[in-house]
Amino acid sequence: MSLLAVVFYAAAAVAVISTVLVITRSSPIHALLYLIVSLLAVAVMFFTLGAPLAAALEVIIYAGAIVVLFVFVVMMFNLQGERTKRSAWTSVRTWAGPGILSAVLLAEVVLVLAAGGSHALGPRPVPPAEVGLSLFSTYVLGVELAAMLLLAAVVGAFHLGSRKRASHHRLFEEPTP
Amino acid sequence: MSAVPYEAVLVVAGILFVLGLAGLVARRNLLFVLVSLEIMINATGLAFIAAGSRWGRPDGQVVFLFILAMAAAEVSVGLALLLQIKRHFKTLDSDAAGTMKG
Repeated sequence: MSLLAVVFYAAAAVAVISTVLVITRSSPIHALLYLIVSLLAVAVMFFTLGAPLAAALEVIIYAGAIVVLFVFVVMMFNLQGERTKRSAWTSVRTWAGPGILSAVLLAEVVLVLAAGGSHALGPRPVPPAEVGLSLFSTYVLGVELAAMLLLAAVVGAFHLGSRKRASHHRLFEEPTP
Repeated sequence: MSAVPYEAVLVVAGILFVLGLAGLVARRNLLFVLVSLEIMINATGLAFIAAGSRWGRPDGQVVFLFILAMAAAEVSVGLALLLQIKRHFKTLDSDAAGTMKG
């Protein structure tokens, strides 16, 4: 079994373990920490599968932007409700599990990069230039549609997130049962 | 794909998808429902990347980019709805928003 295969299976194990921990945690912040580890593990799997652009975007957009949105929302809930217990969030038990799993992933990446050679389990790694060429030639209509979808999402999120209106939908006009 | 068979990657993607589905069905907290949706979307992206890697084509990564844009749009609108539900019902329990007007 080659080094890349070992790294792939280890990253898959980390992804499955951390995903199980995500859906079984009771605290949202603990679940989000394990979600970040799960996304990083999937990014390592992308890298070993020969998709470096997808791996980078997984880290930047999923773990970097989408999870931060979740953290912001959790922070807003805590500001509205009960006071946060700072000591409980920064204790060792909170970050030990995600830290160990992240250290495993870091060791895998260092191992693969130190070994050199081709970073792909498939026939060949697909470089970002080919992805860009394909994206803006064959799939250019999809790019336009994705841009419209994102614009609609921004407008919708702005509309739903504004505090001024009393109600944004007729579902919310009824008194609570 | 010499060392890792294509089917193994699909099995991993399937396991992640089913875990997300289990979280979606089992959890009542709407924040965890959205997180489970993210896990499921991520698992489908893994399947696309595996297919693109299997034949050495860029199409899998292109579809992953579209999935990424869709997930970003979904989570922004979903979290805005979550804030509205929390503001109105004072809870994140999905059973609290279980009735429709019509």
